[in-house]
Amino acid sequence: MATRVEVTPAAADMMRQLRGQHGPLMFHQSGGCCDGSSPMCYLEGEFRTGQSDVLLESLKIDGVDEPITFWMSASQFELWKHTHLTVDVVPGRGSGFSLEAPEGVRFLIRSRLLTEQELAELS
Amino acid sequence: MTVYSAPGTDGAIVNYESRYDHFIGGEYVPPAKGQYFANPSPVTGQDFCEVARGTAEDVEKALDAAHGAADAWGRTSAAERANILNKIADRMEQNLEKLAVAECWENGKAVRETLAADIPLAIDHFRYFAGAIRAQEGSAGELDDDTVAYHFHEPLGVVAQIIPWNFPILMAVWKLAPALAAGNAVVLKPAEQTPASIHYWMSLVADLIPPGVVNIVNGFGVEAGKPLASSNRVAKVAFTGETTTGRLIMQYASENLIPVTLELGGKSPNIFFEDVSRLDDDFYDKSLEGFSMFALNQGEVCTCPSRALIQQSIYSDFLAAGVKRVENLKQGNPLDTDTQVGAQASNDQLEKILSYLDIGRQEGAKVLTGGARADLGGNLSGGYYVQPTIFEGSNSMRIFQEEIFGPVVSVTSFADYADAIKIANDTLYGLGAGVWTRDINTAYRAGRAIKAGRVWTNSYHLYPAHAAFGGYKQSGIGRENHKMMLDHYQQTKNLLVSYSPKAMGFF
Repeated sequence: MATRVEVTPAAADMMRQLRGQHGPLMFHQSGGCCDGSSPMCYLEGEFRTGQSDVLLESLKIDGVDEPITFWMSASQFELWKHTHLTVDVVPGRGSGFSLEAPEGVRFLIRSRLLTEQELAELS
Repeated sequence: MTVYSAPGTDGAIVNYESRYDHFIGGEYVPPAKGQYFANPSPVTGQDFCEVARGTAEDVEKALDAAHGAADAWGRTSAAERANILNKIADRMEQNLEKLAVAECWENGKAVRETLAADIPLAIDHFRYFAGAIRAQEGSAGELDDDTVAYHFHEPLGVVAQIIPWNFPILMAVWKLAPALAAGNAVVLKPAEQTPASIHYWMSLVADLIPPGVVNIVNGFGVEAGKPLASSNRVAKVAFTGETTTGRLIMQYASENLIPVTLELGGKSPNIFFEDVSRLDDDFYDKSLEGFSMFALNQGEVCTCPSRALIQQSIYSDFLAAGVKRVENLKQGNPLDTDTQVGAQASNDQLEKILSYLDIGRQEGAKVLTGGARADLGGNLSGGYYVQPTIFEGSNSMRIFQEEIFGPVVSVTSFADYADAIKIANDTLYGLGAGVWTRDINTAYRAGRAIKAGRVWTNSYHLYPAHAAFGGYKQSGIGRENHKMMLDHYQQTKNLLVSYSPKAMGFF
C-alpha cells in the first residue's frame, strides 16, 4: 500500500530518542517564512489540530508503542498532495518550538513525486 | 572595496565575547541550568561564541525583572521615552560600521547590506517611533453638555517578542521600538541561529535603558520560546516566523486571552507588464534590478519576490536579460563590501534550500541559472552558500507555492492583466508583491487587486519606517513599521466623566 510519508533511519532514531525523553509525539508540517516548510515535532496533543488540518499518516516507528501522527493544514495539503514526503534529519539549529532542536539537529522534508499508481492507491 | 577582518581576528573592528549569558534586569545572568550552546558563523561554519541555553526558570526571572520595571517605565513621559529612543539611535549611528560587521558575521549576509540597509533602517526606526509617541494623543468626546468620554493610551505592561534570524538586529528593532515607545517592558528571545548580535547591540546601549525594561533570554524555541509565549505573565506576544509556530502561539495566547501580532512569511509575486520593455532606458534597467531582488539577503526575506510573473509578449527577451543580470551577481565573502550575495544563515537552511532545488527539478521546472550549492573555496568552504537560482515553471509547482527562503526565483508568464492578477493571488500568502509598469492606471489597479499587505510599485525591498508592513491571508496579523503598531502595544483607557451635580433620576 502506498504511503504519503516515510522516515529515514536517522529520523526514526531521533524520534525514538525524543519519544523516550518527552513522551508520545506528533508532527505538523509548517509553511511560510524563516523555518517554514519544516516539519514541527511536538508532544502529541501540544498542537491543536482541527477541521483545517489533514492527517497524512500515522507513522509506525520500531520501538515506539503508539503511532506518530503527521499533520498538515488542508490548504497546504492541496498544494503538496501530489508529492511523497520523507522525514529526514540534518545537523542544524532550531526551528520554532520543535522538540529536536536542543539535540543539535533539525527534521527536514525531502520530497518526490507520487507515481500514478501511488496516487490511485491513495485516492 | 573593503574586506573587513573577521571578528576575533587581527584588525577586526568589532569582537564578540566568548560567552553570552541572559540579559536580565540590566545585568548578565547565567542560565539556571548552567548550559550553553555553540554559535557558528555561517561565513565559515566555525563556532565563534557560546550562548546561554535558557529554560523556563530563566524566562521567569526575566519576567520578574520586566514586571518590576514595567510600572515605572509605563509612567515615564512620552518625551522621556522618546529621548531614550533617540539616544539609542544616536549610539547606534556612532557604531554603525561595528554593528554592521557584527550582524554580517553572525547571519552570513553581505556587509554592504548591513551597512546600507539593516543598521541605518534600525536607527531610523527608533527615531520614527520617538517622533510618533511624542505626536500621539488621546481624544475627548463631548457626549453632551455634562458628559465627556476621554480616551487615553496606556501600555500593555510586559510583552513577549520572539525574533527571527534573517535580520537579527533590524527585526528586533521593528518590535522593540514601538513596544518601548508605548511604555512596555519587554522580554525578548532572539533566534537560536542568531543569538549574539543583539547582545552586541545591547553592549552599546545598555546604559541608556532602565534596568528590566529590556530583557533578553536566549535558548531554543521549545525550551525558552515556549515558556515565554505560553506564560500567563505576558500581555501580548509578537512573533515573526512560520505558520505552524504562529498557530501554536495563537493557541497559547487563547489560553491566556491575550493578543498576538504575527508575521508569517509569503510567496510574493513580482509582476512585469509588457510596457517595461518599451524603452531601453533607466526604468528598464531598474525593472531588471527589481527582478534580481530575490537574491537580496540570500532570499532570506519574508517578502522575497520569489515568483516572477512576466507578460508573454516580452517574456523571452526580458527573462534572458534577467538571467544575464543574475549571472553577474557577485557572490563571495560576506565581509567584502563588493559581495552582493553572502551565506545562508544556517546549515539546516542550506539543506532545506537544496531539498527545494531537488523537488523543483523533479516537478519539471527548468533551471536557467544556478541550481546548486556554491563552494567558495578556502576558509569559506565550510560556509553555507547557494548559487542564485532561476527556475522556469508553472504556478502550481511547489517551488511556486512555498517560501524557499533562499536565493531562488520561480518564473512563469501571463497572458494579460486578468491572468497576472489570478496567478499573483493564487497563493496561501499575502505579504508582499511587486508591480512594474509605465502605466499608472495598470499600476494602481494591479496594486489594489493583489491581496497582499505591501505592494511595491516600480520598486522592491524598501523597508522604511512610516510605511505599514504586514500580511493578508496566512501571512499574519498586524502591521509593523508604522505608528499604527503603537495600537498593538497599547490599551485604550476610556474615562467616562459626568460633570453634572444632579442624580440621574433612576433610583
